[in-house]
This record gives sequence, C-alpha cells and structure tokens, in this order.
Amino acid sequence: MFTANRGRLALFGAVAVGAVVALAGCATGDPLATGSGDSASETLIVGSQDYYSNEIIAEIYSQALEDGGYTVDRQFRIGQREVYLPDIEAGGIDVFPEYTGSLLQALEPDAAAGTADDVYTALESALPDGLSLLDRADASDQNSWTVSKAFAEQYGLTDIASLANVTEPITVGGNSELEERPYNPEALTAKYGIEFAGFTPIEDGGGPLTVKALLDGDIQITNIYTASPAFADGSIVALDDPDNLFLPDNVVPVVSDKVDDGAADILNAVSAALTEDVLVTLNARSSNDQESADKIATDWLAEANL
Amino acid sequence: MNLFAQAVQWILDPLNYVGVNAIPLRVFEHLAFTLVTLVIASAIAIPIGFFIGHTGRGRGLAVSVAGAFRAIPTLGLLTLVALWIGIGLGAPFVALTILAIPPILAGAYTGFEAIDRRTVDAARAVGMSEGQIVRGVEVPLGLPLLIGGIRSAALQVVATATLAAYIADIGLGRYLFTGLKTRDHAEMLGGSILVILLALALEGIFATIQRFVVPRGVISSRSKVVRVRSSRARPMVNSAVEKGTQ
Repeated sequence: MFTANRGRLALFGAVAVGAVVALAGCATGDPLATGSGDSASETLIVGSQDYYSNEIIAEIYSQALEDGGYTVDRQFRIGQREVYLPDIEAGGIDVFPEYTGSLLQALEPDAAAGTADDVYTALESALPDGLSLLDRADASDQNSWTVSKAFAEQYGLTDIASLANVTEPITVGGNSELEERPYNPEALTAKYGIEFAGFTPIEDGGGPLTVKALLDGDIQITNIYTASPAFADGSIVALDDPDNLFLPDNVVPVVSDKVDDGAADILNAVSAALTEDVLVTLNARSSNDQESADKIATDWLAEANL
Repeated sequence: MNLFAQAVQWILDPLNYVGVNAIPLRVFEHLAFTLVTLVIASAIAIPIGFFIGHTGRGRGLAVSVAGAFRAIPTLGLLTLVALWIGIGLGAPFVALTILAIPPILAGAYTGFEAIDRRTVDAARAVGMSEGQIVRGVEVPLGLPLLIGGIRSAALQVVATATLAAYIADIGLGRYLFTGLKTRDHAEMLGGSILVILLALALEGIFATIQRFVVPRGVISSRSKVVRVRSSRARPMVNSAVEKGTQ
C-alpha cells in the first residue's frame, strides 16, 4: 500500500516536473530564436539554407575549413532567408554561403540592378557591421521565372514580359515565400501587366514536385534556381530577364569577424574554383544520383586539390 | 507569452477574414477535406472490418497490414503519390485516407470481437440469419468501439491535413507553411491554434456521438433505468456470487 502510494506520488511528481519544464520552455518568448553563442570562440559556425545546393556549398566550406585546422559547428538547413537572416545579422552564424543579388534585395528592397560586380559592391556596403563578404565565386544560382518548353513554344515566350501574350489563365506555383519576394507575381503584374489566375503552393523549393507540376500543366510558371539540373534535358526553360528583376546571384561566403585571414584564404580558394559548371555538376550529383552533401563535398575538394 | 498574444491577435485581425486566405474559408476547407477523407476511409475500412469481425477470417492479415499502414510517414507517402499523380488534392487525399484506415478498421473489427459470443449465439439460436445478426446485434453492440476508431482517425486526419498545403492551396496548413517560410511566427502559431481548436471540436462531437450510440441495454452506469433482473424470482445459476468472492 505504502509503496503503491509512493509510486503514484513519484509518478505525479515526474509529470508535474515535466509539465513545469515544458511550460517554462514556452514562457521564454520566441521559441524559435536561437541563442547567439559567444562561447567557444575558436569554433566557426557554418550555416546553410534549407536548399540542397546551398547545403553542399556549406559542406564544402566546412570541410575546407576543417582541413585547414579549424573547428566547425554545422548548422545546416536552417530555412530560407527570412528565417536565418536575423541570426546572421545578430552574429549567430560565422560563415554562410549566400547569393549576392538575393541577399542585397533582402537587405535593401530598392537595390538597383547591375552587373555581378555592381551587385557585389552594393552588397558590401549594405551588410550590417560585423559582417563582411569574401571573394565571390563565378558560379551563380539565380532565381528565375521558369516555364515548360511546350508552354514557351506555344506562346513564343522568350522573356518575362512576353508572358503578356499568354491567353490562358496562368497559375503560379512554388514555395509560399515566393508570394512575398520583390519579384513576386504582383511585381510582374505591376511591371508588365501580366494577369495571374492564382497561386499554388508547392513547398519543395523547385524540386521534383515543382518540375512535375510544370510539365503536367498544373502550374504554368514557377521559380527554379538556374543551377538546377532540371534544366539539363531542356524540358523547362528559364525566361530571360532583361530588366534585371532578379539580380545576379553569385555564390559568396558571408562571414563574421571571427573568420580570420587564414580561414578567409581557404574560403577564397574555394570560391575561385567554384565555377557555374562545377555547381551544376554538384547539384546533379545530389538530385540525380541522391548522393549526400558530405560525399559530394569530399569528392570535389579532392578533385579540385583544395 | 508575447508570441501567444500576437497569435491571438492574428486570429482576431479583421484583415484575416477577407480574400482567398480568409480564416473561415481555410477552416471550412480544412474541415471539408478532413470529413471527405474520413467518409472515404470509412467506406473502405468499415465493410472490411465488419467482415473480419463477423467471420474472424483474415484477422492476422488485417492486423499486420493496418500496422504497416500506420508506420508509413505521411509526408513521404504524399510526395511519392504526388510524383506519380501530380500536385493538387489527389495526393494528400490518398495519403490521409491511408492514415485514417487503420484506426477505423481496428475499431470496426474489435467492436465485433468485443461482443460476448453467447449473445451472438443466442441471436443465432432464435433463428436470426447471419445478415440479421450483423445488422441487429453486432453492429449496434460494436458501434461504440467503431465510433471510437473513427474518432481517433478524425483526430489524426484533422491534424495531419495541414500537409495538404504542401502541394495544394487548401486548408489551415497554408498558414503554417507561409508563416514558417516568412518567419511570421504569429501566423504560424495562429494557424496551429486553429488546428488545435478544430481537433478539440471534433473530439467533443465524436465523444458525444460515442455516448449516444451505446445501446441502452449495455450501459452499466444507467443500470437504474434498465431492468436488471426478472420480476419473477429465479434461481441464480453459475453466477459470480455462487462461485465465491473474487
């Protein structure tokens, strides 16, 4: 009897403590905010977007830094820019593979269009204190408004503005954040007078579901990154963007003050070797051959003698 | 707490009650999608469950298949089906139906199995056909457990139906995905609260139904209403009292 009671008491106690701990967790404001760690200053925190290609680049950075004797804490697949940018600005991440134009537009929505170098220079001054850019890579992975080849041929589509020729309803598909970006469907309507029938969310970031939806005609237009291997077989085409709605998006490491000259040299060497062809090949190994970012990064670093 | 206040504010914001993203519309979509899924899953699972429960055949197979179904990750299945049939409502519908079938199937056959065999034999002895036994004895007596199964399926489906927004412009999941990807936590939490409220409402409704479908004769708590023994005194044979204390 006594034991049974004590057992029950212990159970109640455990539940009560668990509940208190759980509630305490809720009470501390924003549950998704990451604590910006200032401990272990010798460890470099490398982050990546929730995008397989970005993760591969982040893994390359990480392995190159580790080969150079640095300790790396991998914080991959954090999310999209809206999610991780505050963390980078707060100094919670030391190295992040970024894309020049998109980051500039996120920091300065009215940023003027220009060449890859213009955008790079503008981004350097737009970055908050404590963050800096290393050399940009030749490789770029741009956003694009992409349609199926059949759809492009049917209406003679070449650039984004020519979408105005389309006579059937155009449904936009893609990640939810696409509706909020500076190049969103509303911007196309305002700039070119293109009318859209609606928006269909496909939350796989321009992955196989998005490509299939485009080819099936469930959606007519979507945003696919130009380094995607999906472009390889020519069944989908990215529309030209003569008005630079999308800024040039070269891969560039955004780094904090904790990245010293030695680490910067390592990352610059990586950027120098990272060409457009290389990036497409790396992406293809991930999406076509299902290889892990870890393996792709190791193989490429060995191949490039880095 | 601040975030909760923001979420409640988001739910109450009049701006969220207009346009294609209006809360009542999304709640309706979510509920309609859940109910259609439950109806189709029931249409598949209940006849199979009744057959298994009545005949006792195929039970092992049903248990293992239903168990395997339960283990399928819904998002993975959703992606797989979508790659096959394309985006839209089809894929989430298939994935959620497969999620809903196991609990309903289990509810249907355990409802039959829980019935005292002597009751079924008695029904057979008084000349009821197999069809009459199923309709008149087994279904009514097994109904509380069946409704329990549907209730558990409803809870899973209403919560998981948020995944439909992964590839279709439908339901409360839209708030979760948009909120997550644009770091609008108030929207995300607000959407979650709406899903929770919907789940609780469905729980309440099914709990009530479950209470009302219990046949009068088998409600122990209402034994005062039901005549427990014959008005004529009879010798008690084989009763627990004669067997001694337990």
